[in-house]
Amino acid sequence: MIDLYLDLPVWIQSALKGLIVIMVIIPIAGACSLAERKVSAWIQGRPGPNRATVPWVAWIPFFGKFLQRLGVFHLMADGAKFIFKEDVLPGHVNKFYYYLAPLVALVPALCTIVVVPFGAYFDAATETLQPVILANVDVGILAVFAIGSLSVYSLILAGWASNSKYPFLGGVRASAQLISYELSMTLSVIPVFLWVNAPGGNGTLSLFDVVQSQSQPGFLGGMWFVFLMPLCAFVFLVALFAETNRQPFDMPESEADLVGGFHTEYGEFKWSLFFVAEYAHMTIGSGVFVLLFLGGWNPLPWVPLAPLIAGLPIWLGGLIGIGVFLAKSLAFIFLFMWIRWTLPRFRYDQVMTIGWQKLLPLAIGNVIFYALAIAVIERS
Amino acid sequence: MADLLFHFFSILTIGSAFAVVYNHNAVNSALAFLVGLIGVSGLFVLLDSFLLAVLMILVYAGAVVALFLFIIMLLDMQGGERKKFSKPTAVAALMGSGLLAVCIVTLFQSFGSLYQPDATTVVPVGATLKNYADQLFTTYLLPVQVVGFLLLISMLGVIVLSKKFEGLGDVK
Repeated sequence: MIDLYLDLPVWIQSALKGLIVIMVIIPIAGACSLAERKVSAWIQGRPGPNRATVPWVAWIPFFGKFLQRLGVFHLMADGAKFIFKEDVLPGHVNKFYYYLAPLVALVPALCTIVVVPFGAYFDAATETLQPVILANVDVGILAVFAIGSLSVYSLILAGWASNSKYPFLGGVRASAQLISYELSMTLSVIPVFLWVNAPGGNGTLSLFDVVQSQSQPGFLGGMWFVFLMPLCAFVFLVALFAETNRQPFDMPESEADLVGGFHTEYGEFKWSLFFVAEYAHMTIGSGVFVLLFLGGWNPLPWVPLAPLIAGLPIWLGGLIGIGVFLAKSLAFIFLFMWIRWTLPRFRYDQVMTIGWQKLLPLAIGNVIFYALAIAVIERS
Repeated sequence: MADLLFHFFSILTIGSAFAVVYNHNAVNSALAFLVGLIGVSGLFVLLDSFLLAVLMILVYAGAVVALFLFIIMLLDMQGGERKKFSKPTAVAALMGSGLLAVCIVTLFQSFGSLYQPDATTVVPVGATLKNYADQLFTTYLLPVQVVGFLLLISMLGVIVLSKKFEGLGDVK
């Protein structure tokens, strides 16, 4: 089986790997929409979706009832509805861009995963930890930011192509907001990479190396960056919320004042593509946060993964690494939902004030402070 | 494979560059520009300079073109009427075509005489981040500062020009 796989041309191997990762991401995105309903219901003290069921599943004694209460079939019904609904095309839209926008939303969201390591395995031959990743490139985090920054075009295009007022306002808001918060986001990770790149090294921006430097022995070495650099983590978190358009920053959508914002004119499957893209962004964003600040696949602070899985078979060790990483990411997605159903939405002028007058100076001061602090620590 | 990709990205870049110039709709032009930038960054990837490729996408494709689109949408620009042919246009056209002719002649004269090193012996200097840092903080320190200063000047200029000084009579 392994030989059969290794005999394939490289591009087929890469395509297969990519396909497998996408097949994991999309169900997670779907499950997130279900989780969102359940979490919101839980926070608001109601049962949430718990009625829909399929006859022959309802006959299973205990398990069927459990699935019904969980609302799994609502998710499936939603999916079926999106696929089988009539494909409506409003008469006043720019057809090409109207169809292009949902695709532009989904493609960057799924492309970012290429450079994000989502686990690690212990290579017995070299006795080192190796990342489970599609493309281990040196520019890691910059590639994530770069591809992620392209997703703004889906909102702009959707807003513009819809050719009506509210989507247009949503598109304009999206372009202003995403560019404003990108600045703080990129500034907030600079201290992390200053710390990771020891003097004399070749320089790396790889996310794998960030996790490796959180798995060193010693008090400072094993410390997760969220404890070492809480301010960076905070700025990154706020910017991440703004970049993924999650409440309290979902200005482009903002159904209270813009109906549905950029996707007002969208329905059926095209709308669901926007939806999946948003959740995929959220999943990958939380993955990047976990890698940068929460120790990646290390189960606990000061407890690196490598010694734990060193003696295990390679597949089991790898699965444990991926499992720890996924568990942390899912917990982080829960934080996204928790905040969405706790904080009210900002006004648009507040979003701009926070971005330019509060978060950006904070991020710049943060960079200067940590640059000085790291220089002092490296000297001593 | 690399040759095929090179041709693909080259055609993409040149084709979208033409689309930028010949489109009447400003939004189409901006998006063609975006595709062109992606093509250029693909060419950078083929040259092993991943940092340049990524920065190209991050800065130009991700932010600059988004701002272009923002402005185009805000001002709601449509393709205007073509201006009449005037004397300054004729002079400019003449100079432009002269420059183009010079370029084409040089291109054909120097065809094949370009220095073509063996691809296997060329060191991919752009592949490591350290080289960029070294160059930026030593050889190119002054140009970087000058460019930064120019950007600062233009930014201040825009602020001064666009700010309304009403009610601040003595400041003006």
